[in-house]
Amino acid sequence: MIPAAFTYHRPRTVPDALALLGAHPEEARAIAGGHSLIPMMKLRLATPGHLVDLGAIAALKGIREEGGAWVLGATTTQAELIAHAGLARVLPILRETALQIADPQVRARGTVGGNVANGDPGNDMPAVMLCLDAVLEVAGRGGARTIRARAFYRGAFATALAAGEIVTAIRIPAPPAKAGAAYVKLKRKTGDYATAAAAAMLSLEGGRIARCAIALTNVAPMALLAEAAAAGLIGAVPGAAAFAAAAAAAEAIADPAADGHGPADYRRRMAGVMVRRALAAAAERAGG
Amino acid sequence: MNEIGDTRAAREEKLQGIGCRRKRIEDIRFTQGKGNYVDDLKLPGMLFGDFHRSPYAHARIRRIDTTKARALAGVVAVLTATDLKPLKLDWMPTLAGDVQAVLAGEKVLFQGQEIAFVVATDRYLAADAADLVEVEYEELPPLVDPFRSMAPDAPILREDIKDTTEGAHGKRRHPNHIFTWEVGDREATEQAFRAAEVSVKQLISYQRVHPSPLETCQAVASFDKIEGELTVWGTFQAPHVVRTVGAILSGIPEHKIHIIAPDIGGGFGNKVGVYPGYVCAIVASIVTGKPVKWVEDRIENLTATAFARDYHMTAEIAATRAGKVTGLRVHVLADHGAFDACADPSKWPAGFFNIVTGSYDFPVAHVTVDGVYTSKAPGGVAYRCSFRVTEAAYCIERAMDILAHKLRLDPAEIRMRNFIRREQFPYHSALGWEYDSGDYHTAMKKALEAVGYQALRTEQREKQEQFRRRETRELMGIGVSFFTEIVGAGPSKNCDILGIAMFDSAEIRVHPTGAIIARMGTKSQGQGHETTYAQIIASELGIPADNVMVEEGNTDTAPYGLGTYGSRSTPTAAAATAAACRKIRAKAQMIAAHLLEVHHDDVEFDIDGFRVKGMPERSKSMKEVAWAAYNAVPPGLEPGLEAVSYYDPPNMTYPFGAYLCVMDIDVDTGVAKVRRFYALDDCGTRINPMIIEGQVHGGLTEAFAIAMGQEIAYDEMGNLKGPSFMDFFLPTAVETPHWETDYTVTPSPHHPIGAKGVGESPNVGGVPAFSNAVNDAFAFLGATHIQMPHDPWRVWKAAEALGLQK
Amino acid sequence: MAKTAISLTVNGEKVEALVEPRTLLIHFLREQLSLTGAHIGCETSHCGACTVDMDGQSVKSCTVFAVQADGADLRTIEGLAAPDGTLHALQNAFREWHGLQCGFCTPGMIMRAWRLLQENPHPSEAEIRFGIAGNLCRCTGYQNIVHAISAAAATLAGASKEAAE
Ligand SMILES: Cc1cc2nc3c(=O)[nH]c(=O)nc-3n(C[C@H](O)[C@H](O)[C@H](O)COP(=O)(O)OP(=O)(O)OC[C@H]3O[C@@H](n4cnc5c(N)ncnc54)[C@H](O)[C@@H]3O)c2cc1C
Ligand code: FES
Ligand code: FES
Repeated sequence: MIPAAFTYHRPRTVPDALALLGAHPEEARAIAGGHSLIPMMKLRLATPGHLVDLGAIAALKGIREEGGAWVLGATTTQAELIAHAGLARVLPILRETALQIADPQVRARGTVGGNVANGDPGNDMPAVMLCLDAVLEVAGRGGARTIRARAFYRGAFATALAAGEIVTAIRIPAPPAKAGAAYVKLKRKTGDYATAAAAAMLSLEGGRIARCAIALTNVAPMALLAEAAAAGLIGAVPGAAAFAAAAAAAEAIADPAADGHGPADYRRRMAGVMVRRALAAAAERAGG
Repeated sequence: MNEIGDTRAAREEKLQGIGCRRKRIEDIRFTQGKGNYVDDLKLPGMLFGDFHRSPYAHARIRRIDTTKARALAGVVAVLTATDLKPLKLDWMPTLAGDVQAVLAGEKVLFQGQEIAFVVATDRYLAADAADLVEVEYEELPPLVDPFRSMAPDAPILREDIKDTTEGAHGKRRHPNHIFTWEVGDREATEQAFRAAEVSVKQLISYQRVHPSPLETCQAVASFDKIEGELTVWGTFQAPHVVRTVGAILSGIPEHKIHIIAPDIGGGFGNKVGVYPGYVCAIVASIVTGKPVKWVEDRIENLTATAFARDYHMTAEIAATRAGKVTGLRVHVLADHGAFDACADPSKWPAGFFNIVTGSYDFPVAHVTVDGVYTSKAPGGVAYRCSFRVTEAAYCIERAMDILAHKLRLDPAEIRMRNFIRREQFPYHSALGWEYDSGDYHTAMKKALEAVGYQALRTEQREKQEQFRRRETRELMGIGVSFFTEIVGAGPSKNCDILGIAMFDSAEIRVHPTGAIIARMGTKSQGQGHETTYAQIIASELGIPADNVMVEEGNTDTAPYGLGTYGSRSTPTAAAATAAACRKIRAKAQMIAAHLLEVHHDDVEFDIDGFRVKGMPERSKSMKEVAWAAYNAVPPGLEPGLEAVSYYDPPNMTYPFGAYLCVMDIDVDTGVAKVRRFYALDDCGTRINPMIIEGQVHGGLTEAFAIAMGQEIAYDEMGNLKGPSFMDFFLPTAVETPHWETDYTVTPSPHHPIGAKGVGESPNVGGVPAFSNAVNDAFAFLGATHIQMPHDPWRVWKAAEALGLQK
Repeated sequence: MAKTAISLTVNGEKVEALVEPRTLLIHFLREQLSLTGAHIGCETSHCGACTVDMDGQSVKSCTVFAVQADGADLRTIEGLAAPDGTLHALQNAFREWHGLQCGFCTPGMIMRAWRLLQENPHPSEAEIRFGIAGNLCRCTGYQNIVHAISAAAATLAGASKEAAE
């Protein structure tokens, strides 16, 4: 398991990185934490001729609050995210999710930007970003733009990023009042991708669900926003019956493949179970 | 002779002998990163070898083109079957009497089979070049399902032997048939079934798994052209056997082959066999005149070296309505893959599977095993197991539960009713073994009391009621397993490997200062031999263990032995160690008597020296005797103090144990959580309880992995599914349960120190405990048998089949 | 392939070297620096046998390119004992508690535990298990490893209390 040869670049600024990526359009690949890319390179499923390391670009680092939203620099590692007390207070679901990704060593290197940009349906952060309606800040040689996470995923390893573009930051709106959120993941062991996982957020008004979002991990070629499942809960009293209906609606859009985690029917049902459990936890946290 | 005032207890303690929790010697280097593993070795001019492997499970090779690979800068040689053929090394013999292709020349028979060996100046270039080898194939239909192996229209896999009707173990009925092995009394067993009040029958499969020690297989071969000598450092659990096989294969005289097994990063059976990688590294070194290193990567390890199990066992028990067993019949369909490379003693094509009567007093039994070829990797090694004993234990422990279920008897109760009783030992089993010693009832009672078995059953019934009332979606399972192992291969009357009797050896030399060097024919892979053998010597000779250096693994210095696997080190080499010590002690007694000026019958050994009988103040320490051995031996006695023992055990040893597992199963997800696991082991005399507990923890963790998810699975095209640690289930500290250990002590009557061996018991007894717990959770709803592995989706599916997932 | 110059600190010593960009840090350490303590167990970033400490974090050195370690401060098992050879509390505790068998996972395991105890000097059993979940051991079943880490934490706490007094 030896990667093929490549040329290594370590730019200090975003424009330099974009220039390098643009200079080798077919061959260049950005590398952040490397914990999806390097394993692929070792299997020679990825053989980039040029690696552009984003790790030395100061502008891509850091977590900050900005106008009510939280902004995560793309190369923020899972470990940095977990350690950030302010973020954990406002958006505990991010920490909860990050802690379910792999293991300490992987979290020390793996970045939020890489996790979101990778486009692997097994990654956990995309569903959370769909659920929280995050916005990705993107830079390319043509300039900067923003893409809603909900418009970002197109299929397995296919995203709305144009060639040569990188994600520079992820902007997450502050959650509504009286909201709770949870990420629940079923896996076989530490370091495993999800058999199925669900992110859920809901807010309560007068004992009824006022807002709700649900998203699913690894039960389709890409993370899915379960819109019908969430819509059906608006106005409902949180509880087993309502959540079961939402789970059924989520199962209906799941389209998992059979793999080592189990056959498709099992994984579809697990999507439902995860939705139920995520909703129950979210409701409890919302004070319901 | 002793420090003034030393009590007997203080003298004993100084020795750090048998029974104490001596800290391990090995750890001093391992905790500092100073172990010496094969891949740590760096020789001047060393080259690296890497394989080009088959992507297909079954295909004819039309053409192999190595031009591009050879053209890459840094590539020194590329070997294919064509290069090996003139050396008669394109095929090699297996331990099971079959042959295996070293490099495939005409056909590939499993995915990942070795086709070309590329040798380059570093491992990166070797990997690049391996990718550049071009092979043209004609795809052939794969044979994945062993139940289809002997179908009339099954594709013929082994064209090299398709017309051979006489195999290494008798008649072959089909080109894909390897052997039929039969033991026991067929007729009497049939009679027992005809007369039976009740009987049960169940197909019980033990899936294909892999030992996957953390270090893969690797070797460095270095051929010295001038002296004609070959040195190989490798991950060898049995270095002497490797040397002998190497000499036979290569024609290099055995004394000019030096096999060195340095520190080994776990073996579990993976490192018993001889693999194409070793052979190719050796040939490449001979061809290039340079040392050549071969290091398997993890995918290659899981793909091509040493699977284990893959036994499909149809078990039938005949019994009375009162639950007394009257007969056992088992048929096994054994999937051996493309070559029969099972690592069993040569005359035992199904290992010691005939231990399948287990701990129970079966009056009659009959076993047949059919080995078949499939389009899968070869192997069939004893993964932390003594030659198919794990399969046998799983089979009988599952079958006893199924019988209990049918008779509505408690699983613990049915075992108590059928145990071999203490007074029946030595016990002759219906399938031909002589169990040395045991006290099963005592062990079982102790286990049941320790966990509060009755209370657990009460709690389980309450849980079941709640489940029925839909108040919970959790079920509780209690797994009972009582295993009897057969280890210590073995007596030369039973066991040999390629004609070499399976004795083992120790050579012990006491230096003038009382320091000792001891060498054995076994090879530790983490079991702590350097520590425990020294403890035996300390107790036997009265020299502190800290003054004993134990060395293994170098065929130049160690006496011939058959290596370490199948829990055989304690029954064989530890016995040899004690026997050699006793030879030394006998001579030491003569010397001591001489020094004390009394007849040697008038002195006796006492902890750390000799004393005149009845006059304890007149004594000589072993240290003093050692010095005298080099300058003051009695007339007629040779100087020096050393001995060798080649110990051919009179019998195997039969460790046993009672394991109990309590599990909570989330029916909604199929996730099973072990709440409690209690393991009582009886391995006879306990040499080092700390190491025994460590072995039990490790073996239980492996058993947990096997029962709860480990699987080497193929799709219908013969593609291996998930051959990396991403999918292959190895639990981390988070998933691994907490283990409770306990023991009873029933010494082996024939072993010099009464020890039986423990390394594999927890794997043998653990797997049925976990599996029985899962099965037990669903038994009240009518489930009789749920196949392993019990990973969440399969458990969920089992619940679905019972109508629980509506 | 052209080589790249890197300079880094390994176990307190400055190291300058030329590496191919694709050289994995584990191979650089083991083959170029002859620091063979860290091992290779899986190559797919699952086993942690290759764990070393890089800039204050545990990393799997099979999943970092040596060029990425340019400028980094690395510590490996070889650099854990004090310069006078005194073993670290973890090294003693692993032996004392029989936290190893074949020893192959041990260097990575100890280096991970070393960082863990700096992140959390008083971990509970569950925290230890979670904290070492990136390191596989095939031999011990982890129980004694967990004990060893707990024991080392207690020893270190005692030592730091003594130093403070
Ligand atoms: C053993 C193991 C277990 C794992 N388990 C999980 C898990 O359970 N859940 C999970 O979510 N992940 C898991 N991962 C993956 C891990 O979280 C990765 O770190 C993550 O998927 C990718 O982030 P990275 O920073 O490492 O990206 P890299 O590997 O560096 O890059 C991944 C891809 O994203 C691109 N990329 C990276 N950053 C950017 C950017 N800013 N803009 C545009 N493109 C970019 C790269 O070009 C590459 O194509 C696991 C990894 C390992 C090794
Ligand atoms: S070798 Fe690096 S994690 Fe296994
Ligand atoms: S001690 Fe062998 S892998 Fe941990």
